Amino acid sequence: MRQIFTLSLLFSTIRLATPLVLAALGGLYSERSGVINIALEGLLLAGAFTAASVTYYAHSPWVGLGAAIVAGASVAYILALACIRFKADQVVTGTGINILFIGLPAVLSGALFLSSGSTPQIPKENLLPVLARFVPFMPAWRIFTDVSIISLLAVVVVFVTRYVLYRTPFGLRLRAVGENPEAADAAGVAVNRMRYVGVIMSGALAGIGGAYLSIGQSSLFTRNMAAGRGFIALAALIFGKWRPVQTMLACLLFGFADAMTIQMQGVAKLPSGEDIPVQFIQMIPYVLTIIVLAGFIGQSRAPKALGTAYQKER
Amino acid sequence: MKLLREILFPLIAVFAAFVVGGIVVWIIGDSPFQTYKLLIGSAFSWPDGIGYTLFNATPLIFTGLAVAVAFRCGLLNIGAEGQLYVAAFAAAWVGFKFGAPAPDNTVISQIAHLPAILLVPMCCLAAIVAGAIWGGIPGILKAKFGSHEVINTIMLNFIAVALLSYFTQYHYKIPGDAIMQTAPISPNASLPTLGRFIPGLPARIPLNFAFILAVIACILVYVFLWKTKWGYEMRATGANPSAAEYGGISIRKQIILAMAISGGLAGMVGINEVLGYRHRYYDGFSANYGFVGIAVALLGRNHPVGVFLAAILFAILLRGGIFVDAYTIHVSKDIVDMLQGIVIIFVAAEAMFRGPLKKFGLMKKAKV
Repeated sequence: MRQIFTLSLLFSTIRLATPLVLAALGGLYSERSGVINIALEGLLLAGAFTAASVTYYAHSPWVGLGAAIVAGASVAYILALACIRFKADQVVTGTGINILFIGLPAVLSGALFLSSGSTPQIPKENLLPVLARFVPFMPAWRIFTDVSIISLLAVVVVFVTRYVLYRTPFGLRLRAVGENPEAADAAGVAVNRMRYVGVIMSGALAGIGGAYLSIGQSSLFTRNMAAGRGFIALAALIFGKWRPVQTMLACLLFGFADAMTIQMQGVAKLPSGEDIPVQFIQMIPYVLTIIVLAGFIGQSRAPKALGTAYQKER
Repeated sequence: MKLLREILFPLIAVFAAFVVGGIVVWIIGDSPFQTYKLLIGSAFSWPDGIGYTLFNATPLIFTGLAVAVAFRCGLLNIGAEGQLYVAAFAAAWVGFKFGAPAPDNTVISQIAHLPAILLVPMCCLAAIVAGAIWGGIPGILKAKFGSHEVINTIMLNFIAVALLSYFTQYHYKIPGDAIMQTAPISPNASLPTLGRFIPGLPARIPLNFAFILAVIACILVYVFLWKTKWGYEMRATGANPSAAEYGGISIRKQIILAMAISGGLAGMVGINEVLGYRHRYYDGFSANYGFVGIAVALLGRNHPVGVFLAAILFAILLRGGIFVDAYTIHVSKDIVDMLQGIVIIFVAAEAMFRGPLKKFGLMKKAKV
């Protein structure tokens, strides 16, 4: 077992959890305001594709990252427009966005790069940097400095979110429109404007998560590269009971499960000498989410007004 | 007037989606008209165009009906994808366990050697029951614990995929096969292609008996929902749960029943896929059928007739995508996924068309 539980497993966990944390935190802003965000998967893909394409042309990961944030926010704006202004079903619209972003990046990459579904390789110096770039004087500590700065950013976002959500008037209003929009409205909060902000925030954060996938962890965009991470992030959000720090811990747990499946391949054996099927480890996040949602391990309660459009009384 | 509106909104939504898609195509540098001509025009040739379109429509009819039934009960089943995988695997399992083995299946021992007349119905039943169970789980979870079916069905989709990949890889694959697929089902478990019965339709076109089952399923769903007491109770639950409960309907029972029926319908995709087409379980075969089913149901107004027509429309696009890939310079067949996504968004947000329609006097002003 010592072959598995190593320091590299820890850092592998951090790497794999980073996009989950960003997407889940994004989802938190949206869902705390009362809008279900099934579209995290599509938002990750939008961010990932935009980051890779823009970085390829602009030769700068920062421009790519910025573009990914804008792309994520814009797509989220479409979701917000449909769900808030036109009172579309939030889950259905989210599903539409997810399917749209399986197709659209592939169509665009086919036209831009003549390869359906993937962008060209981006040279290593144009990728989002790891910490080592800024602290080059500790080669012996390479394993610690090999962490992407986006991972650090993700941690910052978690604690900023916790502060914003529980310690600022903005956070109070955001939670209020998600719990009881009528009361919030009566207290003078612009319910729908808060929801727009919440959903667009989720797009911006998921956009960063997507950029990390394509120009941080990897060096190009490939078709459907989010591979269900948007849904795992959603699961982590529920597992973390819609709270920032708990959600991050849930992401780390799910990232750990993911890291284990990679590390265990061909290493760990059952007592009978067979490989442990990775599929069972892959299932863990999903099974845990169902159990938590059913209330077997503590209650996980969604914001009360989650999923319902708000119609102002006339 | 009501019927007109029921038809009008979906048509406008599709048209709007095509306009947006056309703009994307134009920006990319191809001709939108040329692209749409390829995308739609190739579906109407006999026999290939029509044969393949109906074949492509078959799974979408099943998943569209599945989503529609759940929707009528006020539930959103976005787990049709997982349900159809479980069902297809169950059908394949019965197919290779209970019939004389296919020539290239030398690895799996049989429990029985049943004749086709028993084996085919058993496989179909296995698919429906497996789908119903996988759909019923989130129904039970919702009825008993109040946990939201949307999240649970998403989670069960992933669990199904992982579980079946495990069974395929570790237990039912022919050793050395590089493809993630099970051993083939017994020849006695296969459904005949319609080409055997329709003159002029070549047997190479995989349109098979499952399509007939899909048409029957449309009729049965209609009869069930609108002509039986159970269907009435289900729709009443969807329309107004508290009123239904006050009227003596057990909402919990309706939720479980609706999800199980929905899952069973989604599971019938397995009949088309395993018995009618590939004759084995192929890991990851579904081209998002479960999710496109949401678009089909929505566009079809959750009515069997609408579902049938919407499934045909999406099947036309699926078929046309191949030609777009081959004959346009820049646009790839991925445009089909893109269009499906845009259609879903427009159908969901149909309220955006209300304003303009009112302006042109096509809709009565809402009385406030």
